[in-house]
Amino acid sequence: MLRWRQATVTQRIAETDSATTLVLDVPGWTTHRAGQHVDLRLTAPDGYQATRSYSVASAPARPLAITVQRVDDGEVSPFLADVARPGTAVEVRGPVGGWFVWEPNTTDRVVLLAGGSGIVPLASMLRHRRRLGDPTPFHLVYSARTPDRILYRDELAATTEGEHVVITLTGDDIPPDWDGETGRVDAQTLRRHLPAPSGGLTYVCGPTAFVEAAAASLAVLGYGPTTIRTERFG
Amino acid sequence: MSVTAGFGGRRGDDDERLPPGQYRVDDFPVLTAGPTPLVETDSWALTVRDDQVERTWSWDEFTALEVESVTTDIHCVTHWSKFDTQWAGVSVATLLDEAGVRDDAPYAQVYCYGGYTTNLPVEDLVDRVALVAHTFDGDPLEVEHGGPARLLVPHLYLWKSAKWIRGIRLVDHDQPGFWESAGYHNHGDPWLEQRYAGD
Repeated sequence: MLRWRQATVTQRIAETDSATTLVLDVPGWTTHRAGQHVDLRLTAPDGYQATRSYSVASAPARPLAITVQRVDDGEVSPFLADVARPGTAVEVRGPVGGWFVWEPNTTDRVVLLAGGSGIVPLASMLRHRRRLGDPTPFHLVYSARTPDRILYRDELAATTEGEHVVITLTGDDIPPDWDGETGRVDAQTLRRHLPAPSGGLTYVCGPTAFVEAAAASLAVLGYGPTTIRTERFG
Repeated sequence: MSVTAGFGGRRGDDDERLPPGQYRVDDFPVLTAGPTPLVETDSWALTVRDDQVERTWSWDEFTALEVESVTTDIHCVTHWSKFDTQWAGVSVATLLDEAGVRDDAPYAQVYCYGGYTTNLPVEDLVDRVALVAHTFDGDPLEVEHGGPARLLVPHLYLWKSAKWIRGIRLVDHDQPGFWESAGYHNHGDPWLEQRYAGD
């Protein structure tokens, strides 16, 4: 049985103008698997509560961290992204989800496709790989609107052996000094950056339109549907 | 329960329609564990069976069955609820009747194009509103929402309303489906907040 646990924000990290990472201290928390999410509950002074699900950003066995993308008309994300501070009390329940997870030594190769804040659970997998020094080849293609929306930019760029990281910008104003990919993820983009579809698992996370387009492009490349795991939001 | 300093929250007029832990959305989020399977209606088929009989409908035969329309609230285990969604399709009770399956089987297994499965007691399919829906908001059900046809069991969390349904099998012994085997509750009643195993 998963119970609600008291949690305290211990650290806030401004990732971008609109996204914040909160590190949480959760007494009694065991750990999570890379790719899982947690339920997070806030309680107003009159007892009113609001609950949302957030992907875990941190590697397993590291302090629990979530990254919250502010949705301007949202009820919970503006509080978490802008107001929550070290000392803020929340509750968490989890970890949840036994499907969209990566375990070391389970697959020949990992392909990660992220749209927007869909990078969060995939970053947990990449962090897990780096922390363990796991040799599984990782190929990440990350689609973001503009450079200032890229989460974990420096960390993603610091690739270790066996990692291939590509960021593609989909917005209209591409900075002149941008040397990465541009344009939405399609079969051509993936063909340039992904290995041939033999063995391995592919994890796709992002808004519905991104996941649909990415999964369709993977099919064009011959990636089998049973090797693709998806997680969508919005 | 401890108060989250600085959090005010937003209360609606219709909070009594929200099961515990849910919030209202006006869009229609999509949750699927894998790629969206594309099923053409000319190769689509729906099969209802037990251990004795089996009945299969083509798309034309299925859409010729009596149509039932419902307007209902739907609740996803990821905490969103959507009010007053409008669906049309064929009631599961009608399908079971037409198939002539036994009426004393306690459990149903639902299986889908793409490989998804879910399980539920037959009484949740015949004593409550339950459709194989082909129409949403007056239009053919879109593929990312489960088209051409999905199960709709609105009194349970939406993962029970299996998209891209391909068949229903009545059985004597309950067998957990996809999410039910991955940490989620076996029954999934949102009003009892049966989200995860052990709730």
